[in-house]
Amino acid sequence: MIASLPPFAVFFAGALLLALLRGRLQKTLLLLIPLISAALLAGAPEGLIVKVHLLGYELAPYRTDRLSLLFAYVFNLAAFIGIVFSLHVHDRIQHVAALVYAGSALGAVLAGDLISVFVYWELAAVSSVFLIWSQRSPRAVAAGWRYLVFQFLSGLLLLAGILMRFHETGSLAFDYIGLDTVSGWLLFIAFGIKCAFPLLHSWLTDAYPEATPTGTVFLSAFTTKAAVYMLARGYPGTELLIYIGAVMTCFPIFYAVIENDLRRVLAYSMINQLGFMVCGIGIGTSLALNGAVAHAFNDVIFKGLLFMSMGAVLHMTGKIKATDLGGLYKSMPITTGLCIVGACSISAFPLFSGFVSKSMVMAAALEEGHDWIWLALLFASAGVFHHAGIKIPFFAFFAQDSGIRTGEPPLNMLLAMALAALLCVSIGSWPAMLYSLLPYPVDYSPYTVTHVLAQLQLLFFSALAFSWLKLSGLYPPEMRAINIDVEWTYRWLGPRAINRITQAFSHFHLQSRISFLRYLGNFFGALFLYHGPRGILARTWATGSMVLWVVILLGIYLIAYYY
Amino acid sequence: MEQQHLFDKPKNVRRLLWLLYLSCALLLAADLFIHRHVAHDWESLWGFYAFFGFVACVSLVLVARQLRKLLKRPEDYYDR
Repeated sequence: MIASLPPFAVFFAGALLLALLRGRLQKTLLLLIPLISAALLAGAPEGLIVKVHLLGYELAPYRTDRLSLLFAYVFNLAAFIGIVFSLHVHDRIQHVAALVYAGSALGAVLAGDLISVFVYWELAAVSSVFLIWSQRSPRAVAAGWRYLVFQFLSGLLLLAGILMRFHETGSLAFDYIGLDTVSGWLLFIAFGIKCAFPLLHSWLTDAYPEATPTGTVFLSAFTTKAAVYMLARGYPGTELLIYIGAVMTCFPIFYAVIENDLRRVLAYSMINQLGFMVCGIGIGTSLALNGAVAHAFNDVIFKGLLFMSMGAVLHMTGKIKATDLGGLYKSMPITTGLCIVGACSISAFPLFSGFVSKSMVMAAALEEGHDWIWLALLFASAGVFHHAGIKIPFFAFFAQDSGIRTGEPPLNMLLAMALAALLCVSIGSWPAMLYSLLPYPVDYSPYTVTHVLAQLQLLFFSALAFSWLKLSGLYPPEMRAINIDVEWTYRWLGPRAINRITQAFSHFHLQSRISFLRYLGNFFGALFLYHGPRGILARTWATGSMVLWVVILLGIYLIAYYY
Repeated sequence: MEQQHLFDKPKNVRRLLWLLYLSCALLLAADLFIHRHVAHDWESLWGFYAFFGFVACVSLVLVARQLRKLLKRPEDYYDR
């Protein structure tokens, strides 16, 4: 009985209970929830499917297999780290939203049918937006609304896809989907929006940097990684994903180099990391899929660590732009060190976690003969070191001394970062732990002389390039400016285009509006006359008179036809 | 007077840079002695990863510099 109690239920029950508690009790409960859920997960047998019959449909709200369990483990871990990191926050809304959000992410990856996926998909969208709105600035509120529109668009496509698929196959089970049907494409785009496919990515880089310092940590862990899980479940080996993934690894790094907001740099680098996972899913061999999900696992932790370190900087200084920061290593040495661990992990330095997972995808790309894709991924690997590995720690903690003197963040923030850093180093140094959890048997060893040497050469010469560019003044200086991206179309072009059109047609517009309203009035008047409470067509007619009318109508047709 | 920190002294920055140059030289030299097991022809070129890393980063930054001309806007661009 206990074994079939789903871990996400603990989060939802906890969120309800939390709304009533305050102070020390609230904090204790917050910490207990992910621990209880972890205990349930640890006891969950593999291959469990809990089925529920609802209104004649067969649903499977709780399914465990190696793939779903791996994501559930890391989501649970991320929830725990995020909760520890946000323990000092006195904001009930944020805590409740984070719990519901974490619970729905867990629910989505543990769901065995598409309707359950849809429910958690929407719940995650609605709960997560409060982590953005809780920043309570006009910018954050506006960004939250834009975020929500994209999330609901994804949900809408998902629902349409599910209904069509049910109509086609008669089943709601969530297994391999593929791109052979229209419904397959709808679901693909729905997942693609949340996975930040190119051109569909702007909600992420728009909204994540506007969330609260602690909220971004939760946001970075769940939505996009749940989408990676959906793609790994429904579209493994879909060739299109290889190219989408390759584009995702490459284009964001250009933006990241010239971006001033350091959390936005991390948001772009997140798309870059998602690209490696999407590419691996597209390649679809067991090595590539193992690499994709292992990288998702690692990314949740090291990207979380980087967002936490920037969150700590924002919390302590109130600033997050590269132009405002610098020299913080003097007053925040521990945070600096922990940030560097995250930077080494995302850059895939040997002994850090990125090294043992990213290389699996790249090795698989070569094995399958995707030479150019491999080259693109290699370029992106050098680029990620450049912008996330060097730029983030350099501009925040070193570079020009900004004169800011502050202190280390609260103890709970430091502990959460230390835990994430510990995981980064231990997974990187003893990858067997992670490999044993992967969906397919692992026949891959990252620590060969060849691989370590090649990676070190790549990284050290990237660092050399950075030093040379910086010393020679070729490196683009940080500027107080923003860079336009896809959101330009709906934040600038769209409103102006509509304005222009309405202005051009304003005279015509007025005339047409008046006549339109008049027609509308007449239309509803007629409608009321015939269909209203006393309307002739609203009456209940006897079958006989109905038949009579049909006969008369047919008669008129006949006569008309005759002539 | 505030306490002097690690990188306040230009000497320490220079030391760090020399450490980087030395590591790069050693890694490149290692390519002469260690035979890398390659999966692709390009990989077997001497110092392939080193040169690729350097060229990739330099071109990334130089292209991004040019992109700025196209993409850069004032901070209040969307609020106007």
